[in-house]
Amino acid sequence: MALQPPKRKDPRRRSRVPTLPPATRSRAAIGLSVVAAEGRFALQHCAECGAVQYPPRDVCGACLGDTLVWRDTDTAATVLAETQVRASPDPYFRERLPWRMGSVKLAAGPVVLAHLAGGAGRGGDVRMELRLDRAGQGVMVALPQERSEGMEEDPALRAMGTQIKHRRILVSDARAPEARALVEGLLKAGAAHVYLGEPEAWLRWKGRAAFEAMQNVTLLPLDVTDVDSLKTLAAEIGGKVDILINTARFIRPGGVLGQDTVHAAREMEVNALGLIRLAQAFGPGMAARTADGVNSAAAFVTVLSAHALSPDPAFGAFNASQAAARSVAQTLRAEFASSGLRVACVYTGPVDDEWHQPLPPPKVSPRILARGVVEALERGLEDHFVGDVARDIAERWREDPGTLEREITGGGA
Amino acid sequence: MSILNDMAAALANGAVEVVDLTHTLDPDFPVIVLPPEFGQCARFRMEEVSAYDHRGPAWKWHNISMNEHTGTHFDAPIHWVSGRDVPGGAVDEIPAGALVGPVVVIDCSHGAARDEDYELTPEVIEAWEAEHGRIPAGSWVLMRTDWSKRRGAEYLNMREDGPHSPGPTPEAVKLLVSRGIRGFGTETVGTDAGQGAHYDPPFPAHFFLHDAGKYGLQCLANLDRLPPTGALLIAPPLKIKGGTGSPLRVLALIPKETT
Repeated sequence: MALQPPKRKDPRRRSRVPTLPPATRSRAAIGLSVVAAEGRFALQHCAECGAVQYPPRDVCGACLGDTLVWRDTDTAATVLAETQVRASPDPYFRERLPWRMGSVKLAAGPVVLAHLAGGAGRGGDVRMELRLDRAGQGVMVALPQERSEGMEEDPALRAMGTQIKHRRILVSDARAPEARALVEGLLKAGAAHVYLGEPEAWLRWKGRAAFEAMQNVTLLPLDVTDVDSLKTLAAEIGGKVDILINTARFIRPGGVLGQDTVHAAREMEVNALGLIRLAQAFGPGMAARTADGVNSAAAFVTVLSAHALSPDPAFGAFNASQAAARSVAQTLRAEFASSGLRVACVYTGPVDDEWHQPLPPPKVSPRILARGVVEALERGLEDHFVGDVARDIAERWREDPGTLEREITGGGA
Repeated sequence: MSILNDMAAALANGAVEVVDLTHTLDPDFPVIVLPPEFGQCARFRMEEVSAYDHRGPAWKWHNISMNEHTGTHFDAPIHWVSGRDVPGGAVDEIPAGALVGPVVVIDCSHGAARDEDYELTPEVIEAWEAEHGRIPAGSWVLMRTDWSKRRGAEYLNMREDGPHSPGPTPEAVKLLVSRGIRGFGTETVGTDAGQGAHYDPPFPAHFFLHDAGKYGLQCLANLDRLPPTGALLIAPPLKIKGGTGSPLRVLALIPKETT
């Protein structure tokens, strides 16, 4: 049966306090979480004998070689045995019993203990994913090979994910280039309601009428540089924001030398301090509601430039604000960890907007960026790179940040 | 000095009334908007430092930020390129005596209600003078349009071809300057019309006023409470070193019987 919209809450009932699945991992096993955060399925491969390792370890289980490299791995697998856990001493699982688990033989070799979801069962060929659980750790999930309608409605996947269906979503800036496509994408994915922040209503803007005409969309005054507007809106709707997506972004081209700090100050105000203000206004309320049923608070999302990782000097001050915002998001991730509220960063390459007008392609269209945000939520990702440029930057950054810096800036040639 | 004693008595007994011509400094109050590649006028912002809490148990205070030209504000001569070399043209250099003076009000509210691009022309000024006498040297001239009653997007009234709001023609500003006025004030976001960029020279009020060392006041309110003549304006900007303008509280003293 399809997941039903939640009933209105009984105001006499206490909101459940979030519990988390076990979070402790070895240093090697943290690697699973790192790849799960990006939605990759990667395991350690022995550089010497090629054996695929599970669980993660420090030396190869086959040849004792000590060079184990995380590599994207075949997701094909077969369920050997399944069981339903009906009793558990762990508070998180006790609240969610029964819970389906199975031993799964990966095509790549290892047998793993996995959560069975979406109808995956014994004897079946399945597709493996590493997903972040509510504690932010990567866990093995076996899913049917074909994605099915309603698969994500499996309680086990809802418990670990940040799915959009039936959730109420606040998008911080209605004037962002991607806002229109994003709102449409969220509604299509089953969002119950979209609250849209409107900064500076005293300025007329194109596109307002389109939002006004949409069902289940409300425009509300919100400016991430104005504490008062944040306080007012949080007081009004803070208790029913399940997902917050920060689209507020101020960008002006130019390096650091040769211009004053007027644009840079605004970039910091909107992009970095704005993120802090949003988190301060809405974060505590959201963190308190992460176990609040079908429309529990699930994710705090912000859109960043991939140059947060390594700057493009043509947008020097803007990229500094992006690096600052990324750092803020990482701190929020730590601060929200105990509540299970996921902090997701959606990284984009140059967006096909006014400020990248003279740049040649490839550029990320606002529509693709919007789709990337929706995808990050549906897959429960923490770091999502949208478009070829962002993916390329991320890959090269992971390999060697020093080389990447010199490649982008043209230094050290 | 008995004149000040008389004034104090008049204020106390209500024979002289103090009218506030100032909008509240509010994050949502419109500011002038330039093409986006230019640096913009910072909006008024206020952040709490403490509020009788762990950040400061017995006191509440805020950090505030804004542009010199945010909210009801004063324009000094050095605000415009034509006034860059005016001696004493920064707000901190303006003599205190220049900040208090007589004020006359030209009522353009009917015209502005009819036409959002209403122009204050020499003919309008001369018609006013025919009724109220020649504009005295040293006086502030305020252009009443009731524009201050507009709210939200109606205030800047921005369209595809820029903002639309009333203001003076170049000839009108030149005429005012020739009368030896102290300065010129409006209820709109600037001393110039919304479409003032299309005059020759562009932004004639800024150009001619500041060239002649005159001052500007904008985003004024409550001009409908002032008499055409006979009121006194108190308009001291903050003493900002090298400042080109400043938000300020503008007060008018009016004789009671005219209200």
